[in-house]
Amino acid sequence: MAFSDAYSDARRTLLERPAVAALALAVGYLLVDLVVKLAGVSVGVGGVHLLGGSTAVSQVGRYVLDGLILGLVIGLAGVGLSMTYSILSFANFAHGDYITTGAFSGWVAAYVVAFFTLNLEVPFGSIFLLSAPSLVSVVNAPIALLVGLVASGLVTVGVVLLLDRIVYEPMRDKGGIPLLIASIGVALALRYAIVFVFGTSTEGVTQTGSIPAVRIPLVDGSVPLNAHEATLIVASASLMFGVHFLLQRTKLGKAMRAMADNKDLAQVTGIPTERVVRMTWIVGGGLAGVAGFLIVLERGTLNYNVGWRLLLLIFSGVILGGIGSVYGAIGGGIIIGIASRLSLVWIPSDFARVVAFAVMILVLLYRPSGLFGGVKTA
Amino acid sequence: MSLGDRAWAAVPGYFKENDVRLMAGLLLGTYVIYGLVSGFLASVNNAPVMNAVANELTSITFLIAVYALLALALNLHWGYTGLFNIGIAGFMAVGVYSMSILAAPPTGSPPGLGLPVPVAIVGALLITAIIGGLAALPALQLDADYLAIVTVGLSEIIRLVLNASYFAGTVTDPEASSYNVVDVFGIRFGTGGGQGISTPSSGPARAIYETETGLTVVGEVVYGLAQSVGIRTSVVVGGTYALVLLLGFVTLYYVLLSRIGNSPFGRVLKAIREDELVARSLGKDTRLFKIKVFMVGCALMGLGGILWQGSYGFVNPNTFRPIVTFYIFTALIVGGAGSNTGSVVGGAVFAAFLLEGPRQAAGLVSAFAQLAFGSLPRPPNFYAAAVSLDPLAWLGYLVDSVAYLKFIFLGAVLVYLMQNRPDGLLGHRNETAASVDLSDRTLGAADGGETDD
Repeated sequence: MAFSDAYSDARRTLLERPAVAALALAVGYLLVDLVVKLAGVSVGVGGVHLLGGSTAVSQVGRYVLDGLILGLVIGLAGVGLSMTYSILSFANFAHGDYITTGAFSGWVAAYVVAFFTLNLEVPFGSIFLLSAPSLVSVVNAPIALLVGLVASGLVTVGVVLLLDRIVYEPMRDKGGIPLLIASIGVALALRYAIVFVFGTSTEGVTQTGSIPAVRIPLVDGSVPLNAHEATLIVASASLMFGVHFLLQRTKLGKAMRAMADNKDLAQVTGIPTERVVRMTWIVGGGLAGVAGFLIVLERGTLNYNVGWRLLLLIFSGVILGGIGSVYGAIGGGIIIGIASRLSLVWIPSDFARVVAFAVMILVLLYRPSGLFGGVKTA
Repeated sequence: MSLGDRAWAAVPGYFKENDVRLMAGLLLGTYVIYGLVSGFLASVNNAPVMNAVANELTSITFLIAVYALLALALNLHWGYTGLFNIGIAGFMAVGVYSMSILAAPPTGSPPGLGLPVPVAIVGALLITAIIGGLAALPALQLDADYLAIVTVGLSEIIRLVLNASYFAGTVTDPEASSYNVVDVFGIRFGTGGGQGISTPSSGPARAIYETETGLTVVGEVVYGLAQSVGIRTSVVVGGTYALVLLLGFVTLYYVLLSRIGNSPFGRVLKAIREDELVARSLGKDTRLFKIKVFMVGCALMGLGGILWQGSYGFVNPNTFRPIVTFYIFTALIVGGAGSNTGSVVGGAVFAAFLLEGPRQAAGLVSAFAQLAFGSLPRPPNFYAAAVSLDPLAWLGYLVDSVAYLKFIFLGAVLVYLMQNRPDGLLGHRNETAASVDLSDRTLGAADGGETDD
């Protein structure tokens, strides 16, 4: 019974939406190909290569882990983007620069703490501007990192609330496009305010040589995982759990759902809409800031473009998961992260981002409500 | 009354009544300001004044022309049809790269198709139109903000593909393992990858004055005149090209877009902008209109890209970052979406005052400070400037960072416009839907007016 339902569903999809079917076929082919490649078998007919080849399992494992790390950051930052998209109904192009704000504020805080705790022989100016290279790691200054993590969230929340007060609050009744254009203005102003202070050069901030790493054994090799990556995974997973708790166990989550659904009705029902909007910015901005701090911890370098370069990937994740859905943003982010890394099995690394953007466009075309089917906030 | 309204009220009525007068007046005013500023700066720095003024006017004319061109092309999408296309940089890239590849010699690195330049330009416009038509497919079913994300994503895809070494065509030896020439049915070409690609000409106006053997008749006269007042020949060539762009191509675009706007086709576009459902209810196949308008607009963007980035002799993919799109959008928004005059005015105001203005202002501040205090201290970074507690050092750091402050200013202007004047300088004007001027009631027999005989 269930099988025949599934069969007729599949048949309907095939007939009514051939593009979706073709897409599913392509994804299916790639998955089969991946399995065959892992098995190290090459299948061909008459000299034409059809399937397989050889790829080390540990190599694929490394791609998946890298993708997971990138995906967690994308997901963490995507929560805020998704929430503001559904509650304020506009695509916030400044979200990437909230991430940059978090990265810079968090690392300045971490550097300042490290300066006082580690007795460093460097001028304070180069500490403040982050131009003293590669000082901090989770081993030599865990407290500095903790302070940096908290500061990145707090400062970003402050900046985000200030920007909401100045820019977005007077425009609440305007449509999505004026807000979108204003957010592009905010993005430019914020990014170059950061450049005005810190300059355009790329700074290395984490200690490179001495980070402890474990090698996770996997079939034909091992996948390295260092302490910074582990910190990122633990921190972002626990923050995601925190968001889940916040939305499920508090009235705030319900109020957000109501507002995303119908703002006027929510207001009439007595939901303090402005307070909900502020909480949305606080949660979303804080997570974006922390995501910025964490991605820099993992990559080791920071640059004024870090958030902007992530923004389109975050949009991809949010759209893939379904705009407005917090869990969708997390899931979509992780899928985008893994897909963009795993794609390296088939294509050169020049195209990893191309794949992520192409996925986003295809999802918008064929399933605009997202993979998980248009669940509104939580 | 907002700041913009007050500024607008200060403009004399003589200019406001007539679009051509308004544009000419604005250009003239810009030239006077730029002439005075650059002349003053050159005399402070002991540089040849005439050459500096001519050089500055040339560069500002060029920028005004290219931003006006692209703002006009964007006006067709966003102003007329309400399609929020923020992939302009991508379509410019397609135009410039198609032309470069079609025109590059087959033996070069990267190899090309070796077509004559005019053919290559026409081919590039066709290719851009086709890519634009493909990009329109998402526009058929998406809301404005989704379309924005799709188009910016597409423009990044185009840039990343052009940037990839995979199609670069720089390794032409088929035996080499890094062989990367694209070979489609024996037609071999490459994009140049991250290194960029040569465009066919680095001074398109040079042909008027110079031949391979020497100067033309026009060249001898004009170069002679220029030399007698101390202007270099490179400035003459650049200035000629900028003037051709401004007087020729901007006029061409303007006329073309006005014709489109007033045609039945254009009225459907405006109907789509105002309410697509109504347009559909009246039996218009809006999907077809959207595809057509995307093709035309993208071809115009491609031509704009060719005239702009294709005129330097060399281009690389990073020229086409999304920031370029935002520049053009700002130009259109400043001028007023939906108005062709507004697009030109916006291009001029944006190029002269938002893009180049801060640099000129910094130059003036620096020159005055030099006259008043000798020279400004130049602190190497923000921290050094801040802890020096010296207002002159702060000023010096501000002057040095003007390239960044420009963007903060630009962002603030965008936010201000969106909050207070979303229609821009000229956006909110009455549009005549009829093809004849209804306000002119003196002619025609319908209301008993006199006829010409």
